Amino acid sequence: MYSNFELDVLKEIGNIGAGNAATALSVIISKKVLIKIPEVLIVPLGEVINMIKNPESFVTGIFFRIEGDLKSNCILIIPEKETKNLLALLLKEEVKDLLGLSEIEKSALMEVGNILVSSFISALSDFTKLNLKISVPSLALDMAAAILSFPLTIYGIMGDTALLLSTEFFGDSDGVVIDFYLIPDDDKSFKKLLKAIGVDFIDDDDTSGNRRI
Amino acid sequence: MMIRVGIGEYKAAKSPAVISTLGLGSCVGVCLWDGGTRIGGLAHIMLPDSTISSTNNFNPGKFADTALPLLVSQMEDLGANKKRMVAKMAGGAQMFETKFELEMMKIGKRNVDAVRKILSQLNIKIVAEDVEGNYGRSIEFSCETGLLTVKSVGRGVKII
Repeated sequence: MYSNFELDVLKEIGNIGAGNAATALSVIISKKVLIKIPEVLIVPLGEVINMIKNPESFVTGIFFRIEGDLKSNCILIIPEKETKNLLALLLKEEVKDLLGLSEIEKSALMEVGNILVSSFISALSDFTKLNLKISVPSLALDMAAAILSFPLTIYGIMGDTALLLSTEFFGDSDGVVIDFYLIPDDDKSFKKLLKAIGVDFIDDDDTSGNRRI
Repeated sequence: MMIRVGIGEYKAAKSPAVISTLGLGSCVGVCLWDGGTRIGGLAHIMLPDSTISSTNNFNPGKFADTALPLLVSQMEDLGANKKRMVAKMAGGAQMFETKFELEMMKIGKRNVDAVRKILSQLNIKIVAEDVEGNYGRSIEFSCETGLLTVKSVGRGVKII
């Protein structure tokens, strides 16, 4: 589906988006934010659950629909403890039970998500000159697997293997961890991204040496 | 013995096996049971109808219309009798509230409706269910008792 070279390019594009997003996040929380090198994961749908560290753990999920030239879904996952840490940083208050969040606390989480994902997507859009539109955020506080499986079902229409561009944002000392997943609607979406920056192949055989960039 | 079913998979087993699947959001977990032979099966269904698939070569376990007949025949291969089979299901939630229009957001409800339709075509009665709502569920189905345990975050455990 994708050659190793294409996957490397996608990771690099992810890195540009993530770098921009990390800067935006660090401004709102006034803390240093680090990123993990983005990964492109290709996982059979039946094994996606095994990929999640704690599939039944309680997490915050923030969902965005991306339309325009790259139809995809974006989801942020913040573990329970880290959600509390983030709220403490944002609102200077201690939250005990995430199932009883106030509207203000929910909006604060969605707004952080919004800033993070908008910065990511706008960097992608600037770099590729693609037209990308992002929806307003939607929030869910629930089991990690139930949250992450939702965008994968949409991908399931197209294939039996999930394709995810993922990275992680984390504070160096204050316990903020946000996992980021970008899941295209179908496997041609990322090809568009590659084409937009001029990565275009005669054939996809990585060993042929017939690369044209 | 615990048998794990992943997204878009289906598995059948004999008593005393317990078949489970984790993190049903908009997906629906359908359990079939033949109490006479104590043979059970579980399908983790992602999508309502295989006609929406964009490829012909797909995993049939993903769709309600293709997964359920296959689960029935896998159970029959183990010795189950379709006439005695009953069904229980859980899942089909809408995980995210949205302020924007996206038909896909309601996929949970469409999955539940599709499962009802296919089971009625197969003449299999639904005897218990815990569906829709806005929260995720993990389920465990006992082939020995035919009982379905539904766990969700902050809502405790339900046995149906």
